[in-house]
Amino acid sequence: MSTAEKITEEKKITRKDFMTDQAVRWCPGCGDYAVLVSVQNALAQLEKNKDDVVFVSGIGCSSRFPYYVDTYGFHTIHGRAVAVATGVKTANPKLDVWVISGDGDSLSIGGNHFIHAIRRNIGLKYLVFNNEIYGLTKGQYSPTTKQGAVTKSSPFGSLEQPFNPASLCIGAESSFYARVTDTNPKMMTEIFVAAAKHKGTAFIEILQNCVIFNNKTHEQITGKEFRDDNQLVLKHGEPMIFGQNKDKGIVLDKTELKVVRIGENGITEADVLKHDAHAESPNLAFMLSRFTLPQYPVPIGIIRQVDRPAYEEQLHAQIKHAKEKKKAVDLNQLLNSGDTWEVD
Amino acid sequence: MSSEPECHELEKVTIKFAGDSGDGMQLTGSMFSDESAVFGNDLATFPDYPAEIRAPAGTVAGVSGFQVQIGSVDVHTPGDTADALVAMNPAAFKANIRHIRKGATIVIDMDAWTEDELQKAEMEEDPLKTDLVSSYRIIQAPISAMTRETLKETTLDLKGKDRCKNMFALGIMFWLFNRPLQNTEKYLKKKFEKKPDIIDANVKVLRAGYTYAQTIELFSVNYKIRPAKIKKGVYRQISGNQAVALGIVAASQKADRDAFLGSYPITPASDILHELAKYKEFGVKVIQAEDEIGGICMAIGAAYAGDLAFTTTSGPGLSLKAEAIGLAVIAELPLVIVNVQRGGPSTGLPTKTEQSDLLQAMYGRHGECPLPVIAASTPGNCFEYTLKAAKIAVEYMTPVILLTDGYLGNGSEPWLIPDMDKYPPIESRVPKINKKPYMPYKRDQQTLAREWCVPGMPDLAHRIGGLEKDDRSGHVSYVPQNHEFMVRIRAEKVERVVELVPDQKLIGNKTGDLLVISWGGTFGSLLTAVTEMQAEGNKVSLAHINYLNPFPENLKKIINNFKQVVVCELNLGQLHCILQSQFHNTNFLKYNKIQGQPFMIGELKWHFASLLAGDDL
Repeated sequence: MSTAEKITEEKKITRKDFMTDQAVRWCPGCGDYAVLVSVQNALAQLEKNKDDVVFVSGIGCSSRFPYYVDTYGFHTIHGRAVAVATGVKTANPKLDVWVISGDGDSLSIGGNHFIHAIRRNIGLKYLVFNNEIYGLTKGQYSPTTKQGAVTKSSPFGSLEQPFNPASLCIGAESSFYARVTDTNPKMMTEIFVAAAKHKGTAFIEILQNCVIFNNKTHEQITGKEFRDDNQLVLKHGEPMIFGQNKDKGIVLDKTELKVVRIGENGITEADVLKHDAHAESPNLAFMLSRFTLPQYPVPIGIIRQVDRPAYEEQLHAQIKHAKEKKKAVDLNQLLNSGDTWEVD
Repeated sequence: MSSEPECHELEKVTIKFAGDSGDGMQLTGSMFSDESAVFGNDLATFPDYPAEIRAPAGTVAGVSGFQVQIGSVDVHTPGDTADALVAMNPAAFKANIRHIRKGATIVIDMDAWTEDELQKAEMEEDPLKTDLVSSYRIIQAPISAMTRETLKETTLDLKGKDRCKNMFALGIMFWLFNRPLQNTEKYLKKKFEKKPDIIDANVKVLRAGYTYAQTIELFSVNYKIRPAKIKKGVYRQISGNQAVALGIVAASQKADRDAFLGSYPITPASDILHELAKYKEFGVKVIQAEDEIGGICMAIGAAYAGDLAFTTTSGPGLSLKAEAIGLAVIAELPLVIVNVQRGGPSTGLPTKTEQSDLLQAMYGRHGECPLPVIAASTPGNCFEYTLKAAKIAVEYMTPVILLTDGYLGNGSEPWLIPDMDKYPPIESRVPKINKKPYMPYKRDQQTLAREWCVPGMPDLAHRIGGLEKDDRSGHVSYVPQNHEFMVRIRAEKVERVVELVPDQKLIGNKTGDLLVISWGGTFGSLLTAVTEMQAEGNKVSLAHINYLNPFPENLKKIINNFKQVVVCELNLGQLHCILQSQFHNTNFLKYNKIQGQPFMIGELKWHFASLLAGDDL
């Protein structure tokens, strides 16, 4: 064995293995860079074979993503990435299929494919970069833009009630919903790894900053001076405690979740609700999905993760079963099935 | 006892079954057809049903019909006008009387012939009390009452009993046309396997209808249609939609790849989805998508991952898929889009046939976006054109549109079951491990097709997409000259598909007074009209085109040898438009019908005769 071969053999998979020679063309300061690095790190951590990984994207700034990851990649059309990815995963369930999309791509033009993929629970890692604006078309309001926001297409303020992607996901029977921020690469990597291991559709909403058209839209959540008080970092089985001094918590009061201060009114840590991401009922996850500032902190982390059969597994099981039941299937036999008659 | 009726022998006969949507006329018609097919007649069928599942009972809008022509000679169409009509109510009579030959036998259910029913059908005058009666042989049979009487000792409720009345009518027709009953009884036993009381009731009523016709003296004559002299072999009944589904399975085997169908329900294409969903043992993956766009995008994803992918739809669905077809064109992925055409635009006439999507298939996309277009022309050959579409798609790495229509999709005919070993394989060019970096858009010199490199293949990871790409490397490229080169080479690739296109067949002499050009589902009508005119001594030939893009190479030569050329289509002249733009030196005439109905032999012949006579049309 030559030295070079030895080196190859012992080589550990690193982020570099997933980098391409293409120049990354996002605006300087764009949140997408951190997501790219975190995804590459997750793939390295998972020791993925790059030949078995596919990135499928739609249209939008984030959808350039596949060009920057050295795996198989398919940059498709606006809104349709998840439908194309459904075909890829169904055709070959052995592939790791990642969908890269944005708030316009998935929640507006591709809204239908988005809810139905989640409902089917097809085995996709589905990353939606939510910057609450259309970036590639230069600054129109999106379905997640805050009401009243002044954008190029809403010079007098947006009139529209935005979607809440988390509520929408949970309403669509999601088996995995997580929310992360582009300012926390460590957590992003962790959650991408967890998503990769999940069976079915793992949906991750990334609160991502568009430095040009909607700068600091998530500042109240991600800003250093706000994040401890405004983020509720959720971990399964752990109490829902947050705040700079870890002195605030969530309790269940009758049918509502409520923010309380630990140590006040006789409330102790033991009264604080523990996060149950695996609960079969989506009720807690749905209540958490409704948390918005300023009344509530914004939940970050895996909000829901439950076991539900993946679509492609079930389809292939049906095929396997049919093949076992009807042995020796032959095309000529099929054509000759049903009522036939012979003409001499 | 009745005296023995006279038995007349007929070469061909056309029968129409008509009733309310809930009267089971489609089933009755199919059963009559199946029995005739097994008996050995050649035949063609035409189901004609309303878009509403249950329009108000008794109205003309709710009439469902099934026409079949059977013969001891070759039959290519379901017939222009019927020689016999079963009308289960006044509305069915009203809706069909225009298409019934004078002198024809009409069997009506007298029990449904009430004041109330006549009113629902908006008939001011009872036609049985007019002169009309003298033009037909009208058999007024108490079908409903006799059905109830036959079933009086069964446990079925009244509604259940009434549901069997179509079998009574079928029994009458079986006697009138001398059909055996065995196959139908066998079929009923299979269909209602788990409901013995239903089998029993249906068989009883069927036999009662037969005996009724035999016993009453209303029929002085019955008819015999001998088996047709058709090619030896094993046959089955097949509809165009079934043939497409079987073609998909066959193509997947010939290509040695799993078949994938992404499809959204749409009339009249849904039967392909239903049929294909049954064949899981062949490894067929079928997803009913959330919408038309989802259907094609899933198919594109599956093609990208190495499956032999299909999407099936009808006109409105093809419109929705247009953008995604463009993606398949620029990414150069193999995909077959089956469009079972119907009357348009918009929702149009969903259950009626038309050929008005040709221009959409050819040009209905943004950008320079050519692709091969082929059309089937009989229910049976939907099978081989599906195989052919798949072969072109895979061997040229391109989406292909296969056009059928409601008439082919729903219509059925006896089909000589092909021997699959005689069909050529579908060969994909798969990359061999070569030196890096991999060039996904490197082309085969002959076909200009790129390789089918799918995720999972070791050391070939690469990225593709809808952005214009650099020749060979596939990297995104905005270089002006590169874009022009890629547009031209994609177009040339489609032109080179002509290598797989057989020469255009000509029915008739190579020269003559009139060349009739047609395409797609009108074949049976055109063939019948032209051959009849040839037999009458006219110098007419027929070129029925199946390959619409690219055209067969010899088409131009054929066209140049006739004094007049007329293009017949069920649209305003779409093929005419393409032909005129490609062959400027010929003055193409056109003959069009846009009624949601197939051509009648009579109207075609009349028009051709006028052209030959030099009439100013």
